[in-house]
Amino acid sequence: MDKANADAYWKANTSLIRNLLIVWAVVSYGCGIVFAQTLNNIKLFSVPLGFWFAHQGAIIIFIVLIYVYAAQMNKIDRQFGVED
Amino acid sequence: MTVETWTWSIIILTLIAYGYIAWRTHVKEVEGFYVAGRGVHPILNGMATAADWMSAASFISMAGLISFLGFDGTVYLMGWTGGYVLLALLLAPYLRKYGKFTVPDFIGDRYYSNTARAVAAIATIFISLTYISGQMRGVGIVLSRYLGVDITTGIITALVVVAFIGVIGGMKGITYTQVAQYGVLILAYLFVGGAIALILTGNPIPQLALTFTDIATRLSQIQVDLGLKEYVAPFGNFTMLQVFTITLALMVGTAGLPHVIVRFYTVPKASDARISAGWALLFIGLLYTTAPALAVFAKYNLLQTLNGKSIEEVRAIDWVAKWEKTKLLTFYDKDGDGKVNFAPGRVFKLSGGRPDFNNPDMNSKNEIHIDNDIIVLSTPEVAKLAPLIIALVAAGGLAAALSTADGLLIAMSSAVSHDLYYRILRPKATEAQRLLVGRIVIFIAAAIAAYLGIRPPGFVAEVVAFAFGLAAASLFPPIVMGIFDKRMNREGAISGLITGLVFTLVMIGMQRSVQIFGTPAPLMGDFLGINAQGIGVVGMLLNFVVAFIVSRLTPPPPKEVQDLVEHIRIPKGSADVKGEGH
Repeated sequence: MDKANADAYWKANTSLIRNLLIVWAVVSYGCGIVFAQTLNNIKLFSVPLGFWFAHQGAIIIFIVLIYVYAAQMNKIDRQFGVED
Repeated sequence: MTVETWTWSIIILTLIAYGYIAWRTHVKEVEGFYVAGRGVHPILNGMATAADWMSAASFISMAGLISFLGFDGTVYLMGWTGGYVLLALLLAPYLRKYGKFTVPDFIGDRYYSNTARAVAAIATIFISLTYISGQMRGVGIVLSRYLGVDITTGIITALVVVAFIGVIGGMKGITYTQVAQYGVLILAYLFVGGAIALILTGNPIPQLALTFTDIATRLSQIQVDLGLKEYVAPFGNFTMLQVFTITLALMVGTAGLPHVIVRFYTVPKASDARISAGWALLFIGLLYTTAPALAVFAKYNLLQTLNGKSIEEVRAIDWVAKWEKTKLLTFYDKDGDGKVNFAPGRVFKLSGGRPDFNNPDMNSKNEIHIDNDIIVLSTPEVAKLAPLIIALVAAGGLAAALSTADGLLIAMSSAVSHDLYYRILRPKATEAQRLLVGRIVIFIAAAIAAYLGIRPPGFVAEVVAFAFGLAAASLFPPIVMGIFDKRMNREGAISGLITGLVFTLVMIGMQRSVQIFGTPAPLMGDFLGINAQGIGVVGMLLNFVVAFIVSRLTPPPPKEVQDLVEHIRIPKGSADVKGEGH
């Protein structure tokens, strides 16, 4: 694999990581902590939204984030011909 | 059959099953002993990781802790799950591509330094040893409360089983027993959560019952009426800054725990390491989304059943009488009106961190003392489940403790026999010698763990809670920088690691000096509003900053190390990693 291609692969990987970590931080530290008090004024079905993020939602979204990363990376690996 | 007979039968049956699995998977080479021959299916590795990760504390105590903390219990819920995102995105696939056997292996090679290797190995041993003594206490709790077995006998029996699995089966045996242990513990937990959800809300799926019924809001209202803090409102027990830093310390600490990281060395390919982290978190999430629901249901039920009733009336309830005997549930009629009431504050004064049952705290009107552990332990009886299920909960608690203990034993064994003995002291040691040392270390570590579990020195319990802060401040930064910053060098990584570790140790020591050194008052209240549980975050930031600055002022790493970094960034070829080379 030449240097330009390797750099492009690494760039694609790190941008994906950056985007997913932004979601990770927003749902946990944003919705679940910093803005929880405000979000608690909104109800999701029967529970206050801030509480739901802190006790259920963030965990569910964490799981989804990992599956998304694994699927997207498999695609990027194939695109650059570096799949294992 | 009585509950006790069921419990004996199920516990003995499961122990035999674990032993049988280990015997069937016995190993003869280092590849199998350290990393299960790199042949574990990603889904099975996910289950093993979940069992490895979820300790006795997760299974027995966490739901109770959350029901006491209310909203702020999220520090454990998000803190002990969010780290898997970091593991999957930042560490697991690259460490799997790198191959070899341990975390200190990577740190030693990446920073071309046996000092770094030794520091990482010692950090691994220290973190794992403090952690394992907590598991032994969990074993003691389960066996003594359900079966009346003496705690010492219980701990020794459990450790003999755990050491047998580790010595015979190595990582391979541990992996497949952990898969079985996950099955036992999750089945027990979901039965309990589902049964109480069905009784209180009519919906047997705890997560849905919590979200789609108004039970959390009703609990919140009852708490407010009693003068307690509103359950769903944030920051009743911690400040926002503390919730933030504790959550972050636990997340990053999770991603830096050697016994968790090494599980991702056992899958066949780098891409398997990514998806396997997803499976691990899915399996963990099953318990971690049930726990907050269970916390709400059990607390609601306890408040409804007990508050304002006469003492005779509550003692007539079977499970109240049973758990009162164990002191997990205690009443003290402070105002002498013959009734028991919930109120804010403590029922009893504390002595040495534990309630003193002869010494009521008259500053509070609270008359009902609930130990956190009772939430999970008593719920099967509250929900009138069959004796079989009650026995399954005991087996589940035991499975959670044993699986974590085994993961920790193999992590310590590989740190000593591979990193210290083979890589540093005796590079010419044969495979047979290394295996022998590895097996002996498992025995020694198990003996030390037994001693710490039976006779816990005051500070051990304190330090367990801080293992995460230490992992966050020491191991996580050099691994991440080793992958993502090609310019990071030996000088930077070592100075960062030492700064982070020393800062965190000193801060914890000063803030908890009463418990650790026996000083009359803490030497330090908090650090800029951050308490001892969250201080690892500051240690981690210092580690990153110092490492970055020092590395830019010193020469770049040698060419072959830079090539190594490029090599681990590409998944291709990870399936071919076998044996010693890469």
